[in-house]
Amino acid sequence: MANEAAAKQSAWENFSKGLLTENPSLRQMLGLCPTLAVTTAVTNGLGMGLATTFVLVCSGVVVSLLRKVIPNSVRIPAFITIIASFVTLVMMLVEAYLPALNDALGIYLPLIVVNCIVLGRAEMYASKNPPLASAIDGLGMGVGFTISLVLMSAVRELLGAGTLAGIQIMPSFIEPMIIMVTPPGGFAVLGVLIAGSVWLEQRRARKEGRPVEAAPESPCDGCALACGLNDPASPDCARDAADVLVAKVEAALEEEPRIVRVEVQGEEADA
Amino acid sequence: MMAQYASILFSMILVNNFVLVRFLGICPFLGVSKKFDSAVGMGAAVTLVMVIAIAVTWPLQQLLVAWGLEYLQTIAFILVIATLVQLLEMIIKKFIPPLYTALGVYLPLITTNCAVLGITITCIDEGYTYPQALVAGLGAGLGFLLAMVLFSGVRRRLEDAEPPEAFRGMPITLISAAITALSFVGFSGVIDHLFGA
Repeated sequence: MANEAAAKQSAWENFSKGLLTENPSLRQMLGLCPTLAVTTAVTNGLGMGLATTFVLVCSGVVVSLLRKVIPNSVRIPAFITIIASFVTLVMMLVEAYLPALNDALGIYLPLIVVNCIVLGRAEMYASKNPPLASAIDGLGMGVGFTISLVLMSAVRELLGAGTLAGIQIMPSFIEPMIIMVTPPGGFAVLGVLIAGSVWLEQRRARKEGRPVEAAPESPCDGCALACGLNDPASPDCARDAADVLVAKVEAALEEEPRIVRVEVQGEEADA
Repeated sequence: MMAQYASILFSMILVNNFVLVRFLGICPFLGVSKKFDSAVGMGAAVTLVMVIAIAVTWPLQQLLVAWGLEYLQTIAFILVIATLVQLLEMIIKKFIPPLYTALGVYLPLITTNCAVLGITITCIDEGYTYPQALVAGLGAGLGFLLAMVLFSGVRRRLEDAEPPEAFRGMPITLISAAITALSFVGFSGVIDHLFGA
């Protein structure tokens, strides 16, 4: 993880790491639920990506501003409250101005709250860095997420419906592969896209003589991190989420969040 | 009457399977399904939390509506679920130690699981009555459990497989998930015919 050196990075490096090298869905395997669920059409993917980017940037700035005020032991509930406030804001905006998108995204719009990317950046970056850097980091991650959503939905829409953003692309004599816009198609396309990004990385690693790495086994970083149990530096994390948890649950139990207090704090912070 | 509940239950388990059809709870599905035991534990814990979360959030929504605060739904639900999971963990640890050894490990993981928030919002959006919502929660949880258990079997086979280098790890897991999901596509329509809902 590049977090230690993050403060010294230039703004461009800070922004661009989210695009490819640390791309949230293709590299870190975070936020897979929306990546799979809403990518049946390019407009939906783009809308979801932009909504998440907005939440990432805003919550990054607020978390960063409050990083010295929020007590460490209750930081996760506090972050969730901040994120949920911005998600509510996005929901209101989308409902008012883009009703068609609101219908298409449906339940996945409020579920940005539990998107591992947002909480992950709050925990791993924004809570340790100044507001501007956090905003740039959030923007980079958000744009990277949007790019992978658009890429994924372009493949699925083109093959599954023969269109791109609603415009007919494929000649009409080619029968659309309906399977691509159904759930199994989502899993398959994501698998192939991740394999593609791994293949590119492996090819580059070979050229530069670096050791070749396989794709991670599971998105364990994200889940464990989301509940504040994860130490990103821990090498255990790549092994097995369940095993790591057994060891860390006891420690986490000591941090009994006083949620009632947090709620008040979080609300004040947003006002 | 019974047919209606059965219809909701089985459509949540098979037709609208939370993991394989609606893509909710993908993180634990891919992360904790490597072993049969952990798959069952996680599935059972999610089922328990889903039912209890609905038992609490459904009345809460009525309060929010009564006070004209529907826009606070997301914030209220996620905070209530987070608190609830913590509370549940403490209660189980104190009063039912064997259950804690079996499920306790998975509870912290569930706080920010999108499947739990997802089912509570789904029940509100679908306009379910209180008993219907509870049945839907049970169905969604059991569907999650079913998907986890099925997939843990698939993954055991995957460990001996030798896919191309770039496909090792996550990509091949996702492609196997695609094939598992394919089997659930076959259920759409079945429930409507069975229960005439």
